[in-house]
Amino acid sequence: MTFEEILPIPPFAMKQEDKEVLVTERLSELTELHRENCPEYQRILDAMRYKGGASSYKDMPFLPVRLFKELNLKSVSKENVVKTMTSSGTTGQVVSRIYLDRITSANQQKAMVKIVSDFTGSSRMPMIIIDSPEVVKDRRVFSARGAGILGFSVFGAKRIYALDENMKLDVEELKDFLGKYHGQRILLFGFTFMIWQHFYKELRRLEVEGISFDLSNGILIHGGGWKKLISEAISKEEFYARLRDVCGLQHIHDYYGMVEQTGCIYMECECGHLHASIFSDVIMRRPIDFSECEIGESGIIQVVSTIPESYPGHSLLTEDKGVVCGVDDCPCGRKGKYFKITGRLKSAEIRGCSDTYADRFKG
Amino acid sequence: MSNLEKYNAAFVEAFEIREDQLAGLKYQDITAWDSVGHMTLIASLEEAFDIMMDTDDIIDFNSYEKGKEILSKEEYGVDF
Repeated sequence: MTFEEILPIPPFAMKQEDKEVLVTERLSELTELHRENCPEYQRILDAMRYKGGASSYKDMPFLPVRLFKELNLKSVSKENVVKTMTSSGTTGQVVSRIYLDRITSANQQKAMVKIVSDFTGSSRMPMIIIDSPEVVKDRRVFSARGAGILGFSVFGAKRIYALDENMKLDVEELKDFLGKYHGQRILLFGFTFMIWQHFYKELRRLEVEGISFDLSNGILIHGGGWKKLISEAISKEEFYARLRDVCGLQHIHDYYGMVEQTGCIYMECECGHLHASIFSDVIMRRPIDFSECEIGESGIIQVVSTIPESYPGHSLLTEDKGVVCGVDDCPCGRKGKYFKITGRLKSAEIRGCSDTYADRFKG
Repeated sequence: MSNLEKYNAAFVEAFEIREDQLAGLKYQDITAWDSVGHMTLIASLEEAFDIMMDTDDIIDFNSYEKGKEILSKEEYGVDF
C-alpha cells in the first residue's frame, strides 16, 4: 500500500476499527522497507528478534525518539536527501536529525494540509505568523520551528511575520495588515510560549497606551509545548480566556506534533481534544511493561505515522505522557482516537519549539 | 506580456535562474526551489495572474510543466 492510496481518504471519517486495518498494512510495509534500506534499523530489529508479520501495528517495534539524536538514521542514499530537519533543543542539547527525500517531504505537506483543512476549511486566508522571519533564514537545515511555520504558510494568502528579528511586535505593520483585510477571516500561527511572551503580553502593554487590535475574526493555531506557561501557573483555559479578552480571539486550536513525524499533527477540536487522523495514531503505554493503557489511563505516548519512507521513524516512543479520552465518539463528530497530553516523563529533556525557547527566560 | 512570458518571469525571478533552465524543472531540483522558494513562486504567480490558488493545487504544483497544467484549469483560466 502506498501513501497515495491513503491520502484521498477523509482524515477524520474512518472508524478506529477500519483505520487499524489500514494502518497495520502500511506500517508492516514501512517496517520491511526500512529493514532493507537502513542497516542500523535492521540490526535493531534483529536484536529484538522481530521477524515481521505482526497482526496489528500495536505489536510492531518502536524506537525511542532519542535515537535520532544518537544515530544518523536514514533509508535513502545521501544524494536523495533534499532536506534535513532538526528538532528544537535548548542550548547545549544534541538535536535530532531527520533526513527527508522528495517523496517523504511532499507527503508530509500533503497530510498536514488535509488535517488542518478539516479544522479551518480549505480556503486560504490572510495570515499572521507570530514569530520572526529569522527562523526560516537558513534554508538548508530546517529547525522544527521553521518547518512548522513553512508547513502552515500554505494556508496563508498574504503573510506577515508579526515579530521582528528581536522578537518584538511590529505594531505598525500589524495595524496596516489588519486594516487591509478588515472583515476577513484571519489565520494566526505561532508557538505557544512566543504567543504568550511576545504577543499577548505586548498587547496587554499596548492596551494601557490605548492601542488595541480586534482579532475576533481570527483563528489561531498554536503548538510547541505548554511547560513554561504551566510554570507561570497559566492553564490552557486561562490562556484562551486572556487572549479572548485582549483581542477578541475566539477560535483557538492547540496542536501536538514533533519533527520526527512532521506532517502528522494532532489538532485540538472545539471540545479541547487532540485528534489522531487517518495518517497516524497514538498508543499510550504503561511505563512498567509497555503494555497498552486503557481509555482514561495516562501513559507514555507512542506515535505511529504512515508517512516516513526516507528514515525509520514510522513508529516511535516519545517522552511525553498522555491519555486517550475516547474512540470514535468525540462530540465534535471526528472519528478515531482523541486524547490529551498530561505531561513529560521525569528526567526527559525539554523539547518543543515553545518550551526550548522558553528555557532562555529562566530565572 | 503573454501569459507564458509572465509565467516564465515568475520562475526566473523567484529562483534567479535563466529561462533555458525551465523546461523539465522539478520541485527540489535546484536549491532555490525548496519550500520557501515554492511559496515565493506561488505568491508571484498569484500576483501576475490575479488569482488565488487552492491549497491542494499549491501542493500538487511540483514541476514547471505541472504548474502550467494547473493554471490552465477552468478556475484560474490562464491560457498558454
